[in-house]
Amino acid sequence: MKFWVSAGIAFALAVIAAATLKNEYYFFAGYTVLMFVVLATAWNILGGYAGYVNFGTPAFFGLGAYTAAVLFKATAAPLALQILAAATMSGLLGCAAGLLTLRLRGIFFAIATIALVVIIETLFNNWRYAGGATGLQLLRPPPTAPFESYVKMLFVLMAALAVAAVAIARYIERSWIGRGLRAIRDSEEAAECSGVPTLRLKVFACTVSGALMGVGGATMPMYLSFIEPASTFNLNYAIGALASPMIGGTAGYLGPVIGAILLSTIQQVVTVTISSEMNVMVVGVLLVVFVVAAPEGILGLIKKWTRSSSR
Amino acid sequence: MDKILLKIEGVSKHFGGFSALDGVSIAIAGGERFGLIGPNGSGKTTLINCVAGSLRHDAGSIVFDGEEVSRLPAYQRTRRGIARSFQIPRPFASMSVLENLMVPLEYVVHRGLVVTGKTEAQAQDEAMAILRDIGLAEKAVTPSNRLSQVELRKLELARAMAARPQLLISDEAMAGLSSNEVSEVLEILFKLNASGITIIMIEHIMQAVMKFSQRIVCLDAGRIICEGTPASIVQNPDVQRAYLGA
Amino acid sequence: MVFSFDLLLEAVVFGILLGCFYAAVSIGLSVSFGLLDVPHIAHPAIMVLGSYGTFVICRYGFDPIVAGVVLMPVFFVLGMGVYRFYYEAFERRGSEAGVRGIAFFFGLALIIEVGLILAFGVDQRSVEAVYIGKSLSIGEMRVPLRFLVAFGVAIVLMTALTLYLSKTFTGRAIKAVAQDEAALRLMGANPVRIKQWAFGIATAVAALAGALLIVIGPVEPGLDRVYIGRTFSVVVLAGLGSMTGTLAAGLILGISESIVLMHFGASWAPAVSFGLLLIVLGIRPQGLFGR
Repeated sequence: MKFWVSAGIAFALAVIAAATLKNEYYFFAGYTVLMFVVLATAWNILGGYAGYVNFGTPAFFGLGAYTAAVLFKATAAPLALQILAAATMSGLLGCAAGLLTLRLRGIFFAIATIALVVIIETLFNNWRYAGGATGLQLLRPPPTAPFESYVKMLFVLMAALAVAAVAIARYIERSWIGRGLRAIRDSEEAAECSGVPTLRLKVFACTVSGALMGVGGATMPMYLSFIEPASTFNLNYAIGALASPMIGGTAGYLGPVIGAILLSTIQQVVTVTISSEMNVMVVGVLLVVFVVAAPEGILGLIKKWTRSSSR
Repeated sequence: MDKILLKIEGVSKHFGGFSALDGVSIAIAGGERFGLIGPNGSGKTTLINCVAGSLRHDAGSIVFDGEEVSRLPAYQRTRRGIARSFQIPRPFASMSVLENLMVPLEYVVHRGLVVTGKTEAQAQDEAMAILRDIGLAEKAVTPSNRLSQVELRKLELARAMAARPQLLISDEAMAGLSSNEVSEVLEILFKLNASGITIIMIEHIMQAVMKFSQRIVCLDAGRIICEGTPASIVQNPDVQRAYLGA
Repeated sequence: MVFSFDLLLEAVVFGILLGCFYAAVSIGLSVSFGLLDVPHIAHPAIMVLGSYGTFVICRYGFDPIVAGVVLMPVFFVLGMGVYRFYYEAFERRGSEAGVRGIAFFFGLALIIEVGLILAFGVDQRSVEAVYIGKSLSIGEMRVPLRFLVAFGVAIVLMTALTLYLSKTFTGRAIKAVAQDEAALRLMGANPVRIKQWAFGIATAVAALAGALLIVIGPVEPGLDRVYIGRTFSVVVLAGLGSMTGTLAAGLILGISESIVLMHFGASWAPAVSFGLLLIVLGIRPQGLFGR
């Protein structure tokens, strides 16, 4: 119950912000932060819960974005349908990729996900209907009432999607599926011998993860009024989706949220004040430091501090 | 004795050029206490891995409870009643002792799509009962990465038992334990067998194997070199040679 | 797309030269990932680091291959340090280390890449040498001389490494530790020291590979990304731990890429290595000569 109350409050705040704040910059920034919350949460379902590292977030994210864009270009479909289609396509990709490579060890899966990004990016680079390498312009429809600003509408929508994504992750985490995934992560061989259908669970996690990443990307084309391969399949999405949970904490659904908010904020600050390369450097260093010294992330550190201060 | 529960026929397994198992055939009756011995590298663990499904054997057949299981993945063999413990304990380190048992209880015994309030509580009671039998009840909420060696071994057995098996394979559960601890584990295995569970024991501690087994098979270099009662095995010159070297 | 036998032949010849280069570039990974099981995603990044090291040394007038050889001992020490750190932080701590180990090398690759951008900028860098810029005429084809030089050095490098692993005591210890660490321990050898040494060698080889890289063409900091695909597909196709397989796999990749490049154009070329990787993982994950 506590979760739904907090989530409800967070969403309500987002709606209130949309109704009262004038400066559009907040909503651009907020949209980006919420998008990374979705991506980080999605990543963690396979990466944190099951222990399989995915470098291929841009593939699922980009496929979702392009699905939405192409669907819109072909049929002028409404956002809801675009999101659904994106989730389906990226979910299918997750399922296929999972079946192909999750029988193998974690490192092979990780490399295969890098391969996915390149192959899918190459496909869209060469598909003229989707704009090819130069990209596709899209004409936004007017925002649906009661919103006057399209960006504000997307912001609120993304807030709802973020709540949904976190709720799904939380549900999986607390169910017997979550326990099975954790068993796989702790000792896959022992899990299999304890009756856990390891391949099926891994493919399931990969499918859900992929679908949510597709959802994260589905509103990008409308957000930018434009889509093109180079920026859509950008490494930054891979970095953000991976580093946020590893820094925030992979054990639970809150870690990715904390990590995404923290990293997005750092990203904004460093990119504006120093440079975008320095931002990647900062993320890289943070990632290494946390992975080595604080493997349970910020959540783990908080747990340790509260435990030691209560003694 | 009762009917044959596990029939291993002509099982072979190679790793590249190396032959780990070569035409091994064993029949184990329901309720039997069966010992498997042999020097290091003789293929005991490989055989166990083939029976449990962690490895696919290259030739031969494995029939469990009347069903050919060679093509089944390990988790389905567990669901059909084959459980094993690991030589080097593999606890689910992020979980407590109790939670470790919840995994097989949920995935083998209960298999509900949603663990409802009732099923979870029921499963927890079952897990506690198993822990009491094994002697780990006070450690139920301890994280499993904080257990002593003997407690880890008991957890391996408890977790295998949580899958409600017909056949339990105990892979060197007593290695490195003190003689008191060996007796503890031995007593547990006797108790489990008394409740109807067929047990295959792999051990190096000869006293334990001799005391426990009704029948023993000795492996060497992937082949069976001797089969019989404990008394006959101990005197067999091939067995002595295998352990002490030619 | 015009299909001609001459074009195909030229693609194949070029592919053989390229393939040997790819094999040399991957052989360090064959050791660190294939034999030692380290998820070394940062291997191509270290190779690019070697390229830039070569660039710096060449500014003083040295030949790039010489520069690469000079860098080898430096990178050897660097490699030993990286492995030691990885071992203490991850391998020692057990199975949970899998995810974190991969993430660590990913972070390391990022740091190297950005470090290079900050130090050298994003523009391409290249070196000069006697053999760069000239071509050799073989029959009707013109083969750039620098490819022949890289080919030659690659062959020497791979032969030397293969001989080292099979003929010398340390080399065989490295192969042994890959197969049965427990047995090695029983023999009194220290597996960690051996692995550290092996990783050092793999890193030193990466330095020379980096020199070859900048000989073949200009480099820029993001080049490691496309080479992740190339090196890992070679190593996986070869079969983990197979040195001779690395050469065969490199040739297959080189020829495939060359044919695709000549007939379909550069926009499809990056997909070749990754596509090959996915196919191998899907059909025969143990590769051609796998353990």
